[in-house]
Amino acid sequence: MHQRQDDSSGPRRQFITFRSGAQEFGADIMAIREIRGWTETTPLPHAPDYVRGVINLRGVVLPVVDLKARLGLGLTQANPKHVIVVVQAADRTIGLLVDAVSDILTVTAGDIQPTPELAREAQSEFVEGIAVLSERLVTILGMDRLVGSLVGEAKAA
Amino acid sequence: MSDPMEAIRQTYFQECEELLLAMEEGLLALENGADGETINAVFRAVHSIKGSGGAFGFEALVRFAHGFETVMDQLRAGQLEAGGDVTALLLRAGDLLADHVAAARDGGAAPEDGEVSAALAALAGAEGGDEDFAPADFEGLDFVPLQIVVEDAPPAPTPMQGWRIRFAPHAALYANASEPALLLRALRGLGDLTVAADVSTLPALEALSPQAAYFAWDMTLAGDIPRAAVEEVFDFVTGQCDLDIAPLTFLLVAPPEADAPQIVPLAQVAPPAEKAPEKPDRKDGESRQTIRVDLDKVDRLVNLVGELVITQAMLSQRVAECKIPRASSVGNGLAELEHLLRELQDSVMAIRTQPVKSVFQRMPRLVRELAAQTAKKVHLVLEGEATEVDKTVIERLGEPLTHMIRNAVDHGLESPEERRAAGKSEEGTVTLSAEHRGGRIVIEVADDGRGIDRARVRQKAVERGLIPAGATLSDEETDNLIFMPGFSTAKEVSNISGRGVGMDVVRRNIVDLGGRIVIGNSPSQGSRFSLTLPLTLAVLDGMVVAIGGQTFVLPLTHIVESLKPRAADIQAFGRGRNLLNVRGAYVPLVMTGEILNVPDARPPSDGVVILVESQGTGRLALAVDAILGQRQVVIKSFEDNYRHIGGIAAATILGDGRVALILDVDGIVARCRDRIADLNDLQPTGT
Repeated sequence: MHQRQDDSSGPRRQFITFRSGAQEFGADIMAIREIRGWTETTPLPHAPDYVRGVINLRGVVLPVVDLKARLGLGLTQANPKHVIVVVQAADRTIGLLVDAVSDILTVTAGDIQPTPELAREAQSEFVEGIAVLSERLVTILGMDRLVGSLVGEAKAA
Repeated sequence: MSDPMEAIRQTYFQECEELLLAMEEGLLALENGADGETINAVFRAVHSIKGSGGAFGFEALVRFAHGFETVMDQLRAGQLEAGGDVTALLLRAGDLLADHVAAARDGGAAPEDGEVSAALAALAGAEGGDEDFAPADFEGLDFVPLQIVVEDAPPAPTPMQGWRIRFAPHAALYANASEPALLLRALRGLGDLTVAADVSTLPALEALSPQAAYFAWDMTLAGDIPRAAVEEVFDFVTGQCDLDIAPLTFLLVAPPEADAPQIVPLAQVAPPAEKAPEKPDRKDGESRQTIRVDLDKVDRLVNLVGELVITQAMLSQRVAECKIPRASSVGNGLAELEHLLRELQDSVMAIRTQPVKSVFQRMPRLVRELAAQTAKKVHLVLEGEATEVDKTVIERLGEPLTHMIRNAVDHGLESPEERRAAGKSEEGTVTLSAEHRGGRIVIEVADDGRGIDRARVRQKAVERGLIPAGATLSDEETDNLIFMPGFSTAKEVSNISGRGVGMDVVRRNIVDLGGRIVIGNSPSQGSRFSLTLPLTLAVLDGMVVAIGGQTFVLPLTHIVESLKPRAADIQAFGRGRNLLNVRGAYVPLVMTGEILNVPDARPPSDGVVILVESQGTGRLALAVDAILGQRQVVIKSFEDNYRHIGGIAAATILGDGRVALILDVDGIVARCRDRIADLNDLQPTGT
């Protein structure tokens, strides 16, 4: 567990961090409902490739989004070791397919830097900023934007 | 709902709805003869609406309700006789009161009530006069005992008979604008009353709160009075006061039930006065205990129980795999669990059900208004109002039923003259009935009017280009033409029906609910529309099919038949289209797998074809790989968490815990059309 002590002021925020591909991402802990193992999904017709389908979460039909594919980094080859992070944001509940959950991170607002201009690309629309810790770089994702985007761009698919 | 006052207002209007229903029910019962309890029920309803309405400052409503209440009170007291004109006036008053409530709720202008108000006032003024609150129902009870029958009963009631009553109002009683003095006066009307005020709790002036209640009264009420009559006086303040009623004397055996008249049993042989309020009567009315529960909470419960059933099924499967015999303690336990779960599921589903009464109750008023507008005489018969069905079904039944009743009165029934000429009674009858039949609810709207004029229907359909002029149609097919979009047989467009949105809308509504509609038509005898609906929208009867290794559910309501086509039956037709020969008729064949973007679907010649009926386009053949079975599935929306997908209606969870998608036949038709319109877009979309 990496509990970073920081003397700079500002409200503290907690993030769950997870790995997807070679990167480490963070999501506000308040948006995370639970974490569960990967189960086979039921594919949805005419869905974009990053929507892996739906699963049964205790009676709720939960769409599962492949985070790596969503960020334009290619499909995850899912196996039982992969993890679905259940996220509640933008009035919706979805599952986020990631490689593994790694950490809980406590940082102050001051620790989060805006995304460097050069790095802007496909994923930037969901990125709130980056948190730099001694040796690691964690990309903080805005869950509202990520989840909300599922509804908006449906038509194009 | 952040405003607490708003929450209270909402509760008030919810209660008003229930009270208005009770009132309407009572008023309709009055048409078939008045009895004391019915009149009381109506009085109570009007009184409560008025009372709470005053608290919100709905002046027009309160003023009108007051006039209404006065008349009801006189009816109650026997100073007025219910019958013909009076009942008709009361019904109109009831309708107006409902309008007043609606106006108050929606902030609209109060309805024009001058005429009815005046009529009510005239009625009250003409017959009333005695302002005293001594209702005749109590008097009726006063002379119930027939002491002559009972030898050893004293010829006159002993002066010791009576009640000791302690009445301590709470602050709430005053807040509701009830007046203790009126209650005491009413008690005095029952017998010889001695009152002593108890002011012992009255604090010193500086400690006195003007909002609090301090007084209590100790009373002795002498006379041979049934306990029920005493309780009746306090009917409106129950729960707002401490009330202690004890018999003054123990000479006679205290009645085991409080409401039994205070006389020896034999005396009960004498018919109690007609108007005597009997406790049991109240049972079917307002005294049934209910609680209000947020629908979300119930749905959550339904969800959880459904999930429990699936988990149990999986558990059973695992246990069976472990070769544990059914007769073992584990097997028995599981069987017991399964049994309990099924019962639990039924009970939970039952929470969501309501009697269809709430919809049916709106119809008498509609019929009254229609009868007045069309100058027809209509008698509405309601049957099976207690039949229970899911709340969501009920909510969506109102519109189609209203439409069908309108049609029955406007198109079905003849004018009194025509009816007389046809040898029928002048008054037409419209019957609205509901019953459970084979796990579904069947609702019928029947009239004894002229029936559907097939020649005219046909002519109209030809005129509108709905059918070719020379088409041969069976009687049934002709009748069904009225469901075609844009069909309306009204000679002139009236504001009652015939606005072009006719039976096609009704049918769409019913099909959306997972139901079917069937016409029974006998010309000159009348017509009968039967709606068959599922008991709940939460479940659906479906056919489970496989397409390319995936499982889908097809709603049974759309399915006509399934068949195994020979390769020769399939004909290519234009680009990317196929037709299927079904016993000589060609129907479009849809490659369901292609439409749903499922890879590896079998070619239709190797699979099964399901013939479905779609809205608008008629029959359609859907190619699937195989039929896996038929079962009832619980409908789950995925749109809450995702978005709408064309061709998919919803999802469900199968016995193995996996999600299966429920197909939407009309959506598939729309998808096909898009596809054919744009043949360049043959690549699978979305990748």
